[in-house]
Amino acid sequence: MNFDPSVLTHNAGAILGGFAVTLETWIVGVLIGILAGLAIALLQLYCGRVVSAVLRGYIEVVRGTPFLIQLFFLYYGGPSIGLELEPVTAGILGLGIYGSAYFAEVFRAGFRSVPRGQLEAGICLCMTRGQMVRRIMLPQMLVIIVPALCNTIIVLSKETAVLSVITVPELTGVLTGIGSSSFAFLEVLVALCIGYLALVELTAWCGRWVERKVGRFMLR
Amino acid sequence: MQTLLSMFHTFPLLAGAAFATLSISLISLVFAFFLGILVCAMGFSRSTVLRGLATAHVHFFRGVPLLVQLLLLYYLLPSLGINLSSLAAAIIAVSLCSSAYVAEILRGGFLGIPPGQLEAARMVGLGGLDTLVRIQVPQALRFTLPALVNEMILVIKASSLVSVVGVAELTRTAQNIAASTYKPMEIYFQVGVVYFLINILLARLGALGERRLAKAHQR
Repeated sequence: MNFDPSVLTHNAGAILGGFAVTLETWIVGVLIGILAGLAIALLQLYCGRVVSAVLRGYIEVVRGTPFLIQLFFLYYGGPSIGLELEPVTAGILGLGIYGSAYFAEVFRAGFRSVPRGQLEAGICLCMTRGQMVRRIMLPQMLVIIVPALCNTIIVLSKETAVLSVITVPELTGVLTGIGSSSFAFLEVLVALCIGYLALVELTAWCGRWVERKVGRFMLR
Repeated sequence: MQTLLSMFHTFPLLAGAAFATLSISLISLVFAFFLGILVCAMGFSRSTVLRGLATAHVHFFRGVPLLVQLLLLYYLLPSLGINLSSLAAAIIAVSLCSSAYVAEILRGGFLGIPPGQLEAARMVGLGGLDTLVRIQVPQALRFTLPALVNEMILVIKASSLVSVVGVAELTRTAQNIAASTYKPMEIYFQVGVVYFLINILLARLGALGERRLAKAHQR
């Protein structure tokens, strides 16, 4: 078995395209997940018991079932209720839904860690609920949750590999495709490992950088 | 009604497949646990080489998606002359991946033990092994039980990826049924329910174990 990098250099364009799709699905999926997760956490906080219980159920179901099954449900099950999605769209939506449950938990823990006294102080200053969320809770929470948030974002970057199963042409899909057509599995798999390791380590490094930057707001 | 009927037909198939999923997950978890202990111990070792290996293990297996690890084992081992069944490759991949997480969880548990206790142990004249068995391990297990149960649930979910290399577990069976009945929505819904029930059950058992341990600790 010898390593022949020409398989990779010949297909560099396709591989970079796959990497771009990985980045696209990941970034858009994460953004959808964060926005939906924040909305869920806020709704759970302010919209009464019933809404909170329903959303709790949503979170439990999304976190209690495999991502692959959710993707199959969305992509193959969708058409039978008239929801026909392109693979990439289904992938992004699936990633967003999967992420939203995890992000919602991160935000919920963040909101809970804001000291009660500060909220009482906010009430005393006649702040409205929106003002309190914007000026007290969000800024404090965002600092506290940076590590957990980064962790979830990293987990989602690895979940993008699963999208290859529903034929999204992302890094794993493209490279294994090249592997099966050229039988150069060693080369493509090494490239895959390096690609994901670089992505994950880089994200972790950025996370630590942000943590250090916002860390000084915690020192009082 | 239609759905109910089809559920009636698919249930025996799914029950068998659920058993396969559970077996794969549990076997992998046992391997992962022991391998995790080894990697964790290497991480605390005095030798730089062993520590480096442990770090590399954790970084690699946590940094590369499980799907890629699975493909790596499935495609590369045969070309090295090692012929594994897809089931064996799947169990090895899930075990290796999970062992990195278990090692990190256990590391956190051991680091969570107050250093004062270790000093106290040395003061009373406990040797290294006694300290480990009587003081460190029981506490580390108690600290890490919630995280370990969480890891179990993650492994059950991750085992669905094994379907990609053709192991006939829950997800693969669901794909087969969906392909033959043309009812993907119903089937994937049912399978989702099965996974969910398994995980809920595990979470409940974990919570029970946690309470037991907490009570035993109070006495």
